[in-house]
Amino acid sequence: MEMHKAKRVEIIIEAPMERRLTEALVAAGVTGFTILPVLGGSGRSGVWSREGQVSRAGGMVAFICILKEERLDTLLKRAMPLVAHHIGVVSVTDCDVMRAERF
Amino acid sequence: MESFLALAGQNLISPIILSFALGLGAALARSDLSVPEAAAKALSLYLLFSIGFKGGVSVAAHGFDTTLALSLLTGVLLSFLLPFIAFALLRLLTNLSALDAAAVAGHYGSISIVTFVAASSVLQGSGIPAEGYMVAVAAAMEAPAILSALWLAARAKPGSTDEARHDGGLMREILLNGSIVLLVGSFFIGMITGQKGLSEIESFIVAPFKGVLCLFLLDMGLVAGRGLRAARGVLSTGLVAFGILMPLIGAVSGLGAALALGLSEGGTVLMMTLCASASYIAVPAAMRVALPEANPSVYLSASLGITFPFNLTLGIPVYMALAAAAVGG
Repeated sequence: MEMHKAKRVEIIIEAPMERRLTEALVAAGVTGFTILPVLGGSGRSGVWSREGQVSRAGGMVAFICILKEERLDTLLKRAMPLVAHHIGVVSVTDCDVMRAERF
Repeated sequence: MESFLALAGQNLISPIILSFALGLGAALARSDLSVPEAAAKALSLYLLFSIGFKGGVSVAAHGFDTTLALSLLTGVLLSFLLPFIAFALLRLLTNLSALDAAAVAGHYGSISIVTFVAASSVLQGSGIPAEGYMVAVAAAMEAPAILSALWLAARAKPGSTDEARHDGGLMREILLNGSIVLLVGSFFIGMITGQKGLSEIESFIVAPFKGVLCLFLLDMGLVAGRGLRAARGVLSTGLVAFGILMPLIGAVSGLGAALALGLSEGGTVLMMTLCASASYIAVPAAMRVALPEANPSVYLSASLGITFPFNLTLGIPVYMALAAAAVGG
């Protein structure tokens, strides 16, 4: 089975920023991404959980998108100004996909 | 003084406040008691619809008057002004940075709709009527404080709010947040349909209200208790003192405004409660977008961990007793 090289970008960011990051990704021409609710975790401020959060303000969401390497810079240029000052994690990893035309 | 304490004590043992205390105690004792997220959301939707609708019906029955317009205006003004007092008090009592203090201050000009609902319910249980349009005052007081906080932050750290200024969606999100839309929307439905509309849905809107509120406050007690546990590292003596002192200052401002407006005893309690409460839903979300450098655990700990339980357990009974002394004779 032929595989194609791609980049997997994962951005974990505060929930109130979800709409703004979605708009930034769309503006960067990213047509495919997935947003997942984050249940909890641990970071520089210690352990936290979505349980008992009374508003979205304290929650986090995870954006996952897979794209061709040449489109990575455009995405990061659009996303980083939003992510820079906020709590969260941005990671880029290499991955293989089977249907290259979809990315 | 004796009657003041008797009234305060009587209000402390209402099922609503005891439910909150149960949740708070359970969370502090690390019980696994929890209300499912979707159920808590449904309970809050019910309460907002009910309180908005009944407020609208009350306005339909009594009609508009100049006090309504003046109350709205006063609410907006107080929401703008209270953050400045909060900011000064924070700088005096704590060693928070100016940016963190501005973010916390914004929460104290805005309101907690749950505290408002609890106060309305305690008033109802005590047979003290209040002006129905106080629901609209509550909605009007949610957003102005955010602008004051952004101004304070911009003054404290130039450039800190540039992102917010260029983000036109922020104010739209604040003004159209789900709670406000439901509260104001149901207020207008109640106003349009009046007593006839209320009698059609009375068995759903009126009878179960207190029971639902008890369950909702049980959940809020759990939330506040978990918040308190998580906030241990953030809560300084100064911040705790601020979290208790600021609602009292807000309540006195509300009392003065209510007396100037000539509100009824019930309306005075609600105005005091609105000025005493601190937001923990709309403003934290706005602050995360507008002032991302401010520490969220500070403002959430103060508003949700200190001021919210203080208002529900001691604040509301004290405001009722003060209003009774000042207005009720």
